[in-house]
Amino acid sequence: MRISKSPWLLHYDGSSCNGCDIEVLAATTPRFDVERFGIINTGNPRHADIFLCTGGVNSQNQDVVRQIYDQMPDPKVVLACGICACDGGIFKECYNILGGTDTVIPVDVYVPGCAVRPEALIDGVVKALKILDEKADKMKHGGYRSLTSAEYAEKLKEGENA
Amino acid sequence: MAGKRSVIPFGPQHPVLPEPIHIDLVTEDEKVVEAIPSIGFIHRGLESLVTKKDFNDMVYVAERICGICSYGHGYGYVDALEHIMSIEVPDRVQYIRTLLFELSRLHSHILWLGLMADAFGFESLFMETWRIREKVLDMLENATGGRVIFSILKIGGLRRDVPDEVMKGFIPELDRIAEEIKACEGAFLLDPAVQSRLRGVGYISGKDAERLGCEGPFLRASGVEWDNRTRGYAAYGEVDFEVITSKEGDSYGRCEVRIKEIYQSISIIKQCIEKMPAGNHSVPVKGFPNGEHMTVIEQPRGGACYYVHSSGKKFIERMRVRTPTFANIPALAETLKGCDVADVPILVVTIDPCISCTER
Repeated sequence: MRISKSPWLLHYDGSSCNGCDIEVLAATTPRFDVERFGIINTGNPRHADIFLCTGGVNSQNQDVVRQIYDQMPDPKVVLACGICACDGGIFKECYNILGGTDTVIPVDVYVPGCAVRPEALIDGVVKALKILDEKADKMKHGGYRSLTSAEYAEKLKEGENA
Repeated sequence: MAGKRSVIPFGPQHPVLPEPIHIDLVTEDEKVVEAIPSIGFIHRGLESLVTKKDFNDMVYVAERICGICSYGHGYGYVDALEHIMSIEVPDRVQYIRTLLFELSRLHSHILWLGLMADAFGFESLFMETWRIREKVLDMLENATGGRVIFSILKIGGLRRDVPDEVMKGFIPELDRIAEEIKACEGAFLLDPAVQSRLRGVGYISGKDAERLGCEGPFLRASGVEWDNRTRGYAAYGEVDFEVITSKEGDSYGRCEVRIKEIYQSISIIKQCIEKMPAGNHSVPVKGFPNGEHMTVIEQPRGGACYYVHSSGKKFIERMRVRTPTFANIPALAETLKGCDVADVPILVVTIDPCISCTER
């Protein structure tokens, strides 16, 4: 497979147990080494193409996740890492957990696992790359723009009412 | 411009932190005069799950308090319940538990070395230590089937036995890891550039560290001999080890203590494998727990307590966990006073922050 660009990753822990977070870091280190493709774990949302969000989002963290998402430039892809980020996982019944990442921001790729294995994560990033290309294409031809977190919240509300 | 104060927010999203914590740094010029930590970004409220999940299933929730020290959390919970239900687990189980405990300490300390190298800007050293860590994860995967979350513990023993051949195979692997750590050790402890970032940074005296309730390597780096493993839980009473301390009390001392503990863990694992008794890997469990118990263990980051209260029903009434990082945060705020803004990431990393444990 030919990759069209080297996306930069941004990782944020949206209330996970830390297991997925160290696996995200492990994916960039020599055993799995996504860095050899120029895929770098950056700390700055403004530089990032792919947002790796781990854990079910809790009440205090939701604004931080929204803020990070909104700061990222288009085109952007959100990856839910681990089962907690997909739907809340083992913590679903906790009083403080909202559910998966998609309760707060739109998610493009879901990578399950507890904790998510680096191989699965790399697979997810490859899928994300394709979506990133599609989004970039749409931007070129039709003035596409991702939903902001506020617009997404409204859309969720509409869905609930309908 | 002396006397003009400004507040710099640090976190919750910060390149040096794998997990979110927020610290307000009150600074005067480039010096921090006060640090105000605030937590709660990953509070999940999992202690409340005891009222919703069967006490046997709670083991898996307890393991997911934290993904780095997950084994210890599972152990603490299981041990508390075994005491309540008066279950005597076989010797073999105790030895395998000790072995897995030390393997998880090994991976946690090597992980910390990597994060530390990243914090002082030594990227290749970070990669090297994480490469070594993968070997420890391989051993854990061989023994339990999981890389970071193992789910091998159950009340009354282990969910599966670890075969003797598998454990014998660990010995040459451990020797190789010791050699490779030895090769990295010089970079951490002897390199002049690294020393200039570590020596004298974040000094705390043993007296202050004790007063502020520090735990683990952070406390031992200030010369206080305190290690819960000396209480002799699991098979720690039957293996030889010494409490490792350092006189330095600064970031360098914390590095030194953790590196020495890596060698110590390797030696404990080898002793466990040599003395490994034969026997069953679990005993049957009947009935429901009735009573209360507090288990105290030594996690990679320091002492942790697990309190379980139960009254003979399927669901436990209360579980309470006290974790080492929470105990270390007051001392972190103290050591941050008077340091340079540029040293803040290093100091935050030296307590080996595990925010997931802290907030649960």
